[in-house]
Amino acid sequence: MTTPQDKLAADLAATGYVADETLVMALHLARTLGRPLLLEGPAGVGKTEIARALSEVLKTRLIRLQCYEGLDAGHAIYEWNYQRQLLAIRAEGTGEEALFSEKYLLQRPLLEAIRQEVPPVLLIDEIDRADEEFEAYLLEILSEFQITIPELGTISARSRPLVILTANGTRDLSDALRRRCLYAYVDYPDRDTELAILSRRAPGIEARLARQVIGVVQELRREDLEKKPGIAEMLDWAAALSGLGINDLAAEPAQVQATLVCLLKTAADRDALPPEVLARLLGKVA
Amino acid sequence: MSAVTGFPARAEGLADRMAGFIAHLRMNGLALGPAETAAALAALAQVRATDTAEARRALKVVLVPDAEGWRRFDDLFDGYWFNTGRTARRDTPAHVRVQSAKPALWQAHLGEDGPDGGQDGDSSPDDDGTGEAEGTEGRLIATRTEALSRRDLRDLMDEDSLRAAERVARDLARAIRDRRSRRRKRALRGQEPDMRRLMRASLARGGEPLDLPRRSRPDRPVRIVALCDVSGSMTVVSRVFLAFLKGLIGADLRAEAYLFHTRLMRITDALRDRDTLRAAGRLSLMAEGFGGGTDIGGALRAFNQGYGARALNGRTVVLILSDGYCTGPPEAVAEGLARLRRRARRIVWLTPLPGWRDHAPVARAMAAARPHLDAVLPANTIAALAALEQDLARL
Repeated sequence: MTTPQDKLAADLAATGYVADETLVMALHLARTLGRPLLLEGPAGVGKTEIARALSEVLKTRLIRLQCYEGLDAGHAIYEWNYQRQLLAIRAEGTGEEALFSEKYLLQRPLLEAIRQEVPPVLLIDEIDRADEEFEAYLLEILSEFQITIPELGTISARSRPLVILTANGTRDLSDALRRRCLYAYVDYPDRDTELAILSRRAPGIEARLARQVIGVVQELRREDLEKKPGIAEMLDWAAALSGLGINDLAAEPAQVQATLVCLLKTAADRDALPPEVLARLLGKVA
Repeated sequence: MSAVTGFPARAEGLADRMAGFIAHLRMNGLALGPAETAAALAALAQVRATDTAEARRALKVVLVPDAEGWRRFDDLFDGYWFNTGRTARRDTPAHVRVQSAKPALWQAHLGEDGPDGGQDGDSSPDDDGTGEAEGTEGRLIATRTEALSRRDLRDLMDEDSLRAAERVARDLARAIRDRRSRRRKRALRGQEPDMRRLMRASLARGGEPLDLPRRSRPDRPVRIVALCDVSGSMTVVSRVFLAFLKGLIGADLRAEAYLFHTRLMRITDALRDRDTLRAAGRLSLMAEGFGGGTDIGGALRAFNQGYGARALNGRTVVLILSDGYCTGPPEAVAEGLARLRRRARRIVWLTPLPGWRDHAPVARAMAAARPHLDAVLPANTIAALAALEQDLARL
């Protein structure tokens, strides 16, 4: 018997996203219960990617709001097009009714998301970067699914978007927001999952190389690094290696060392991984 | 694990047991209400609730609010539905268990660093500056010191100089805290025109913008995080610094304070306690281990890995109160600060030894730390502390 979750997992895999069971359950419940889903976890584990994969599975639009400090209503919800308004007044003597109408309204992601006919996937990325005020505003929208524009009146959602929020732990989120959302912690994938991701994304890669790549990356994450390599880095590295025609990591340590630029993104991390350490890691893997 | 919990006959149906499960989670520190019970039942209706693994995943997604709960949920789930830990729960309510767990932590700590605390503040002031913070005597001394340091902390609560330090700290906290927001709000005298209101106002005059409504950036307070060194070499000043921390905490609800010697502990709640005696009691419970060696690098590392994520953001000023004597390698200090630097807005080091340049062991740690600091400021007297206000206001 296949459950809806199994089907969702298979669909996600078809788009190239390999999700673990808990995450699939979270997505399934977010859909069926109509609640936002909050994803937390280290950078580079594919939190943002989930939204893309999901929108592909549901065959709907992905609307993305990237949060940053100082993000305000004008950038997240709507803004009036002041230049056009000014021109309209001067050139045509447009009255108030016409001036504050749809024609001069600039839709930002949140407004856009609730005005879609087909429920879109709304990705609110790195919500912890925005400040507390915005979080409060967001809460209101997430619970009511309506936005009030004083000049136009209240705009209710035509369809309820599937909301996915991601956070990196830059700042602690409010309990109110957490309670409103379903929660899933996305960690680095285990060996088998990551192997599945790699073979899905880079179908041409040789089995032995794939195993070695995953082994090294998994070992690297255990080292004390500033920035642990994420999945994107792992894929880059695998692509670089197969692009250089390397089939066995142990055979060409110098080349492998050179390609580490794909994995290690700070000077300190590069210094922390001299050839000897790499050799040790390779020894463990091989 | 395998034995399924036998529920009493009066617990009827899934809803009742679910309410019990929520209560069980709540008792273990998860903030859940009746709404969550309903959500949990709704979630179970969407999956095959008879499949244990599936039900577990569904409940986890619905009930867990954060990463901490995510880690603990599986044990709590087993504890309730599979009989493990159920008897223990009946014997002692959860909050009692948490309290009784505390002394064990401190004892473990004493066991590790036992012979460290070799002096107390009054009788050996010359320890300051000798660099021999690590006591070499045996365990007996350590126990005696432990008792002394407790009493000392209580005594310090009623001295004038300490009140002065607290007052100074409050002023400093204000000087640091008062900042402007990056967003704009309407204001009578702002730097820039408020376009939206300008359009509105100009309509009445056929599009001529005669009135210029303005907007400006409102206040946006900065959060303060203070890390205070209470190792042996800091004993002489540590009481004043503690009062200073209390002032900082008192001035601002968002401020956080931590103590460190060979390990790090959060004392914000203890300092915020209105009941002075109880605060002193809570502090002295944490104080065991005062006057020992310092591991600044280790403390910074612990902070970065633990509290840091919660306490730091782009609007945080970190104050480190330490003399820079450090048993650990200077590189560890530098590394810890470099990581801290990326999360916080400013890092200020307050040192009670303005002449540290001359002293080799301090100089090494401080030289390693210097590139990562926004400022190193003297804090050897209360007057010097008060003089910091100008510098800190500018950060």
